[in-house]
Amino acid sequence: MITYISNNYHDIVADLVQHLWLALIPVVVGAVLALPVGYLAARRPALYQPIINLGGVIYSIPSLAVFLLIPVVIGVGVLSPLNVLLGLTLYTLALLARTVADALISVRGEVTEAAVALGYRPIRMLFGVELPMALPVLFAGLRVATVANISLVSVGALVGSGGLGNLFTSGFQLGFTEPIIIGIVLSMLLAVVFDVALVLIQRQLTPWSRAGGRA
Amino acid sequence: MSTLAVVPMLNYFGYLFDAANWKLSADNSIPVLLVQHLIYTLVAVLVSALIALPLGLLIGHTNRGAFIAIGLGNLGRSLPTFGLILLLVTMVGVGVVPVLVALTVLAIPPILAQTYAGIRSVDPAAVDAAVGMGMRPRQVLLDAEVPMALPLIFSGLRSALLQVVATATVAAYASLGGLGRLLVDGLSRNEYDQIFAGAILVALLAITLDYLSAAVERAVVSPGVRDTSRRRTRGSRRSAQTPVEDTETALSTPR
Repeated sequence: MITYISNNYHDIVADLVQHLWLALIPVVVGAVLALPVGYLAARRPALYQPIINLGGVIYSIPSLAVFLLIPVVIGVGVLSPLNVLLGLTLYTLALLARTVADALISVRGEVTEAAVALGYRPIRMLFGVELPMALPVLFAGLRVATVANISLVSVGALVGSGGLGNLFTSGFQLGFTEPIIIGIVLSMLLAVVFDVALVLIQRQLTPWSRAGGRA
Repeated sequence: MSTLAVVPMLNYFGYLFDAANWKLSADNSIPVLLVQHLIYTLVAVLVSALIALPLGLLIGHTNRGAFIAIGLGNLGRSLPTFGLILLLVTMVGVGVVPVLVALTVLAIPPILAQTYAGIRSVDPAAVDAAVGMGMRPRQVLLDAEVPMALPLIFSGLRSALLQVVATATVAAYASLGGLGRLLVDGLSRNEYDQIFAGAILVALLAITLDYLSAAVERAVVSPGVRDTSRRRTRGSRRSAQTPVEDTETALSTPR
């Protein structure tokens, strides 16, 4: 195991770095896109169910199929890294749009009424009251999306860009368990590290939830 | 660029709509692969449900060993399933049985975690009422707790189902049959129409199975306990805490 790591150190680091990019860019892009979509679903009851249902359908499609349907739709090669990036972005959007909608809906009436009484206009209400109040729920969704993306990237190895998944396929082809075990451990470590990081960031952003009161 | 994109687009449907690929005797016959995929999925989900459901009920009812259910649930989320399948096959050897065992193992965490969460989510007052009405412990579990836990139990079963459908697809790389063959073989031969046929069929299979399981859920779950989160209205008095739990427990992860 040690020998394998020292002999292939550079490849492993390169796979790790690629894994990070492939997992995290979609989280950021998906989250940014999810805000307007989720807002729309929360504000227009007629749109809520269709958006949630569409998200559910996207969510149920296996990742490999998504990675391979995207090149047909956007006309790039099957092995383009864009397929993995866009596929994961789509999953993140599907998950977080619902989270954003549910989070905004869950903001309690008394709070928004108080803000209205203080003279808050809709925009300031959204960014000053509703989004901060929704942060715990948003972060819960963000954590699920991040962990899911990190474990999903490896499937991308089948379509040419898999980060640590490259260790799985090369280990399988060579008949060695070492690279596969290293890949699994590193992938799970990444998931844990980013999960913990998100929890810490959330604590910083929502000091009131630490004070013991239920915000 | 645009012509390059358009020409293969027209060819994408070649494999799917070629009658020869629908013959049972064909190499990579679509109906055969579909049935294989269904059999793998049903066997894996059934066996894992037989293991995880009683265990989840027991842990939820007694609240002993809760860390097992929660820990396994979290572990299952972060585990790269593709890696696990390849690790197992590299260790044990290529074959249907090792892959089926792996699929079964991977389906256990979501069912176990959600069954546990479902039982724990039952209103203690309802359990007290059941005891007060003279129900025996077994009746409390089966006649009171389980019916109320069904929405979450079903969400666990459905995410296990989707997980197995998806993982069985990538397991084709490790020589498993099923629709993943079209994707993996198409990729290695650069046959875009075969890849596309596989991707469409896998997607449709997953969507159909999810839809069917939702229909079963609607038929089985009592209307009184059906997914109350959907009925949440703006300004209602529910605390912001509820959707956190929804997000963490009720949502499966894509595979």
